[in-house]
Amino acid sequence: MPKQEPFERVRNFDEVALGYPPAVAREEAGRCLACKKPGCVAGCPVGVDIPGFVGRVADGDFAAAVRTVKQANALPAICGRVCPQEEQCERSCVLGKKGDPVAVGRLERFVADWEAKEGAADAPPLPPLNRFRVAVVGSGPAGITVAADLATLGYEVTVFEALHEAGGVLTYGIPEFRLPKAIVRREVAYVRSLGVALRLDYVVGKTRTVDRLLEDHDAVFVAAGAGLPWFLGVPGENLNGVWSANEYLTRCNLMRGYRFPATDTPLRRAGRVAVFGGGNVAMDSARTALRLGADEVRIVYRRSRDELPARLEEVENAEEEGIIFDYLTLPVRLIGDDRGRLAEIECLRMELGEPDASGRRRPVPVAGSEFRMPMDASICAIGNSPNPLVPMTTPGLEVGKGGTIVADEENGRTSRDRVWAGGDVVTGAATVISAMGAGRRAARSIHRALAGAGGGEVA
Amino acid sequence: MPRVVEQAMVVPNIHRLTLEAPEVADAARPGNFIIVRAAEDGERVPLTLADWDPKAGTVTSMFVQVGASTGRLARLGAGDEIPTCAGPLGNATEIGRFGTVLLVGGCYGIGSITPIADALARAGNSVVALVEARSSYLLYGEDRLRDLGARVIVVTRDGSQGHKGHVTRLTEVLEREALRPDRVIAHGCTFQMMQVSEQTRPLGIKTIVSMNPIMIDGTGMCGVCRVTVGGETKFACVDGPEFDGHEVDWEEFLARREGYADEELEPLHRSGCASRF
Repeated sequence: MPKQEPFERVRNFDEVALGYPPAVAREEAGRCLACKKPGCVAGCPVGVDIPGFVGRVADGDFAAAVRTVKQANALPAICGRVCPQEEQCERSCVLGKKGDPVAVGRLERFVADWEAKEGAADAPPLPPLNRFRVAVVGSGPAGITVAADLATLGYEVTVFEALHEAGGVLTYGIPEFRLPKAIVRREVAYVRSLGVALRLDYVVGKTRTVDRLLEDHDAVFVAAGAGLPWFLGVPGENLNGVWSANEYLTRCNLMRGYRFPATDTPLRRAGRVAVFGGGNVAMDSARTALRLGADEVRIVYRRSRDELPARLEEVENAEEEGIIFDYLTLPVRLIGDDRGRLAEIECLRMELGEPDASGRRRPVPVAGSEFRMPMDASICAIGNSPNPLVPMTTPGLEVGKGGTIVADEENGRTSRDRVWAGGDVVTGAATVISAMGAGRRAARSIHRALAGAGGGEVA
Repeated sequence: MPRVVEQAMVVPNIHRLTLEAPEVADAARPGNFIIVRAAEDGERVPLTLADWDPKAGTVTSMFVQVGASTGRLARLGAGDEIPTCAGPLGNATEIGRFGTVLLVGGCYGIGSITPIADALARAGNSVVALVEARSSYLLYGEDRLRDLGARVIVVTRDGSQGHKGHVTRLTEVLEREALRPDRVIAHGCTFQMMQVSEQTRPLGIKTIVSMNPIMIDGTGMCGVCRVTVGGETKFACVDGPEFDGHEVDWEEFLARREGYADEELEPLHRSGCASRF
């Protein structure tokens, strides 16, 4: 897929990957063998009819391809960009055994973008409203999926979003250059076109508790995300210039700090930046810092390249752009100047020992290997816990290790009657598509519970 | 979008903002705060609640005009609509029967201690409100505090009203007023809250302060509001904003308040004001 050249893209926030032209999309789709038992569909958390839509792309019937995708996935332009297809649909593709699998993600993106350009597919015909009202807490991938599924079944759905823009992590977390916000807005607009009401600036747990919502809703689906940032727990972490990835990315994305001072929320443009962590959020933070004019951006990661949890595509993008990777390096102390600003970071060298519970080789510090690097800012991207506001204010809602809401994996039911939950608030930080899968299963369960035995299947 | 019911300068540089936000008004408790945005692409500004009226569906905050974003708020007028008023956020002030409670309020804090005075008086406490300002013309809200049953002590830096001095002389004021509070609650600028805490520490009086760090979302998401309390990192937005003033790491907090000081001046430069910074 064509991309912006590295030297060019590090100076702008425009999308890096440019998407397939139609002829290339048709050619790529034409490689699909249309297997009788498609592994790709089994590998998709929401069960998109992949051979179906890919076949229509190959035929050049892009409108039909869009309709096929949207039967199972309300957010194809987003999933086509941020799903880890290499671990899901594309991993099970038979062509992948000898060569490259069909580029399902890129084709999904292609059809969604084609629709956006052509303005083709309308919302599906909606059944008359049934008598049930459902409240959805959070407008990220899980919440939006539940809302779309239930709306198409005739439910009156209201989504309550704590921030001033819908989309959850798609809006505040993932940067413009990886997922343009216009796309998120378009997908949210599609869900609203299904009759879903959206209440912004509405903090469930504060403005209203879940129990209050249950007074005038038949069910509540909690998808409040994993928004509580972790810090390393090392000395000096509250120095100025030490940020959580959430703070940094929220300032940049949600608050559009990359345009400061044209916008109002300040974002510091630091010269030397260290990012702690090795996941997609770490890559996003590092590449954002580069685009904001940093001279030197380092990813400081305690394991080696093979263990990076980030998608390979994002690691390669970061490498191409000139991000420096300090592998087997553990930050142990942050050192400030006399004004309480970060000046240096102290790290230890690590080596890989025996495999740990995750199957990855455990990094072990090398004694006496301390060294320091001068640093103007550091960004902590080592993970998040679920937001505590709903669990704190919902008596009887069972909470597990690390503050996650305990919910049945199959149907999203929680310990509270009429309360379902899904997405990162249940699993801890995971992927967009797994949150959507949880939303899909919960919508089905809510439908069965409310509409009873007479309820049909969720499309 | 929330509508502005009133926006007025009460005393020089201190403004009162009343917004239509029925659901926020309905859930508001003393010590809560709201987050407002004056415009699209505007900053999210946290403001402690000074009043609310569930019947009218309105909430009121006092704010000091200090920078670009509070400048935008200060230009609002009745009937204007703003994109965001979210809340009520943070934990409410602990209200119990403590005995004598001294509330210390400075600048916007004179407003935000008012609902706390009301709740404490209703709970059967003897409430004393110490309001302080640089000079008498910067004081407001004393009558309202008296109406709620509080005894009001005024301290002005220039002595133009009440005791002459500053909260740095709180111990002296307590002696002169023959006051021995069972609990102190301070709202206002960082320096004031820090000074109050320093003075009550040797007296062994439990002191609660309402921290006012930099915030973005106000819901526990960004962590910029972190405060070290009793050696532990807390998020002011979800764990606070009120903490034990004797446990707060004030030096760190003062530094963190300046975290974006250089950047915050930028829009002022560009707008042409504050050109002599």
